Amino acid sequence: MKFGVIRFPGSCDEIDALRAAERIGEAVLLWHADRDLQGVDAVIVPGGFSYGDYLRAGAIARFAPVMEEVAEFARAGGLVLGICNGFQVLCEAHLLPGALLPNVSLKFVFRQVRLDVVEAETPFTRACAPGDRLSIPVKHTTGRFYAPEAELDRLEDAGQVVLLYASGQNPNGSVRDIAGVCNEGRNVFGLMPHPEHAVDELTASTDGLKIFESMRAHVSGLTPA
Amino acid sequence: MPADAIETRSGKPRAGDQSSRHRALGLTDHEYELIVERLGRDPADVELAMLSLMWSEHCAYKHSRKLLGRLPTGGPHVLLGPGENAGAVDVGDGLAVAFKVESHNHPSAVEPFQGAATGVGGILRDVFAVGARPIAVLDSLRFGEPARSERSRYLLERAVAGIGHYGNSIGVPTVGGEIYFESSYEQNCLVNAMCLGLAPRLRLIRSAAAGPGNVLMLLGALTGRDGIGGASVLASAELGDEDEAKRPSVQIGDPFTEKKLLECCLELLDRGLLTSLQDLGAAGLTSSASEMASKGGVGIDIDTCRVPLREPGMEPFEIMISESQERMLCVVEPERVAEVMDTCERWEVLATPIGCVTGDQRLRVLRRGTVVADLPVRVLVDDCPLYDLEPIQSAIAIYEAPEPVLGEAESPAEVLLALMRSANLASRRPVFEQYDPVVQSRTVRRPDEADAAVLALPDGSAIAVAIDGNGRRVACDPRRGAAEAVFECAANLACVGAEPLGLTNCLNFGNPEKPHVAWQLTEAVEGLAEACEALGVPVVGGNVSLYNEAPGGPIFPTPVVGIVGKLPDAARAGRLGFQREGDAIALIGPFHPSPVGSELAKLQGQPPRGELPLVDHEAVRIAHDWVRNAVRSGALHSAHDVAEGGLAVALAECCVAGGTGASVEPPEGLELFGEAPGSGFVVSGPEAALAGFDVIGYVGGSELEIAGCLEVAVSELEEAREHGLDEFV
Repeated sequence: MKFGVIRFPGSCDEIDALRAAERIGEAVLLWHADRDLQGVDAVIVPGGFSYGDYLRAGAIARFAPVMEEVAEFARAGGLVLGICNGFQVLCEAHLLPGALLPNVSLKFVFRQVRLDVVEAETPFTRACAPGDRLSIPVKHTTGRFYAPEAELDRLEDAGQVVLLYASGQNPNGSVRDIAGVCNEGRNVFGLMPHPEHAVDELTASTDGLKIFESMRAHVSGLTPA
Repeated sequence: MPADAIETRSGKPRAGDQSSRHRALGLTDHEYELIVERLGRDPADVELAMLSLMWSEHCAYKHSRKLLGRLPTGGPHVLLGPGENAGAVDVGDGLAVAFKVESHNHPSAVEPFQGAATGVGGILRDVFAVGARPIAVLDSLRFGEPARSERSRYLLERAVAGIGHYGNSIGVPTVGGEIYFESSYEQNCLVNAMCLGLAPRLRLIRSAAAGPGNVLMLLGALTGRDGIGGASVLASAELGDEDEAKRPSVQIGDPFTEKKLLECCLELLDRGLLTSLQDLGAAGLTSSASEMASKGGVGIDIDTCRVPLREPGMEPFEIMISESQERMLCVVEPERVAEVMDTCERWEVLATPIGCVTGDQRLRVLRRGTVVADLPVRVLVDDCPLYDLEPIQSAIAIYEAPEPVLGEAESPAEVLLALMRSANLASRRPVFEQYDPVVQSRTVRRPDEADAAVLALPDGSAIAVAIDGNGRRVACDPRRGAAEAVFECAANLACVGAEPLGLTNCLNFGNPEKPHVAWQLTEAVEGLAEACEALGVPVVGGNVSLYNEAPGGPIFPTPVVGIVGKLPDAARAGRLGFQREGDAIALIGPFHPSPVGSELAKLQGQPPRGELPLVDHEAVRIAHDWVRNAVRSGALHSAHDVAEGGLAVALAECCVAGGTGASVEPPEGLELFGEAPGSGFVVSGPEAALAGFDVIGYVGGSELEIAGCLEVAVSELEEAREHGLDEFV
């Protein structure tokens, strides 16, 4: 299993994601200006402030050369995980539904939050059971998930709403407490919480590992080890 | 071109208009005469602008340098001491930790968001200038009373937002800090930022320029008119009513540019492409180039026409003193310039050769081949006169009594709840939730989990860091108050099991030319020195911020102390909250608290006056050693130092953090709310672990019960503490 973690200028959590993925498999950094995905089995679009995010979060990064390859990779069914800024980038690139708006508080928020797994039948959550509760931190200014009501109904019906903030835990005003969604094909997943910051008991929790473990289980189920 | 070409360049006579020229730039007549004597001529305009900054308090430490010599700086772990961009200590396993605290007080008082943001940006550059990757930021903040001052609420909210904006965006965790509110900071808020960086020992680099013929390169942002004269206009004079007009002197920060610059510089160092590296801070190119030349015993030529500018028409003097952010200066061997340019291009960092190293120990500034400044480096860096202070203790009270918010007759339970919800003691959650404490995946103890932040190292050990200072206590008794700051900071480290390796400080004081402020400063430095000697902690760097004074008087004298320490096993880092029902609780240390200068005294409206408790320094050291070793061995389940609010508040904090109650019978006659920071610890653990100490109580239940005194539900304590700052942030 080989993970590729994109590094944009302004990425902050790319090394954290790289180290987290290395606990599960092999992991390499992918440079934003290169079109080469180096034969990875899964791509992680990490957290941070790609290109400074001075426009709208993720709005510039979607035009990066590497993102053209990621879009192609996703269309071919490859696994793409977007964390925080990565989630914003994937929404901007229309690889995921919805949009991320500024937090209701208009302030940056860091918090260790509890998440409910509502959809365990995805390549990113298959190591979990429905109803599992994960303790994972959030840290963002622009993390309020939004989609029109009809779209939200459709997402729920299609099982594309994967993670919810547990009752009373919504840190940003996301509609219907949505913390993470996947695309129709279920091979692209974005979430605001940072699973790469929940991989070691020493630094608080290991619940985030389940996301990476799920990805490995999915990939090794498809390709012989 | 000979220096006298400068004289005739502007073609106008000098003699008549001298006084207005140098005084407007903040130099005294005596200093100006000294400059003329050293140069053997009148300085040209560019030269005078450069000298006025290099001879400012901010750059030359002219009122503090003599005193600072009193601080101990040597120790077995010290790798870089005072004088470098940041100090550094050896943390084992081939690694070094570089760190420094610096003030950005005056810019923050004028424009809090950018002032605080660029304070963080500046201290980050200091740390990566020595080759270390910044791994943590802490902040020490002081504002006026938030309940009464709309200005203070505005400054607090914007400064916190600015710190978060910069630190969060650049991917460096903000892991700790402190905030206090006192009316003496109403006009002069304090924003001190501390940064720690981690580097392989062999990558540490000094800023000394070397090798005549080598190329001087400017990396990073364009040079603009922002921050012109910040060091002299803002940092070295008292604030007055026309501060709005000073706003153009505040720099604007761009964390994205700095993030690229940081990654780029570290890659350049990793590839061994740089001979030396220096950040651009106060006084911009002037200060950086002269410091580099001075340390290397060489000269530097700079051609201002080669400096990439943000706006056209900038004069050489503006280019030389601009404080535009996110710039670094480096020296490169000629054959490596191309490789440096390639690396910078990949990181989208502008890199421009702007001059060269020379052998003649002069800083020369050229414009299109014409020399517009030609100064001996020594005159810029070493010749500023150092002043002796004239310390005299004030016979009259300097600070007014605060407004009382608590009567004398309140019950102990009411007093405890009032303290828990007071602005100085309430939970800092609304603030630290605006900062990312976990990026870089090292953070073993986050804010509120322990008395110090703990950051894991690759070999399983960890470093710990805390920052402390209590201006009110130093106002009461500068010598003992400053010593307490060191003891308290070291006590915070002991509570997580860390041994102090090095200390950095920021001395925030009023106008040192006033005898009573000079006395505060002199006494405080003596107190710091005594405490450092007692604990064997060397001072490896720091910063002085003077002239924190408004028409209403000086700020409380506020030495802020940051200590970095080490613990052998990250997994055994201590926690502050009570962990297990039935654990015994002990009070450790030579703890003899008094009400003088306490939070309770403040709430009761008493002025900051009186002698602080005399502490036996050796007994303090022994107590710190015991707590540190007990935490390291895993024998204790919690450890917390007794600071603001005394024993009662310390117990309440242990209860709230652990979500459990306790019943305690304190030693007879002990002032429950009296303070003596750094000399007492509340610890809990199995009774056997506390053998030889007086057990004062046990963990358990849902209330804090102090025998014969108070009984309060932990939920009530938590409620009071949790919401004390809500309406202000």
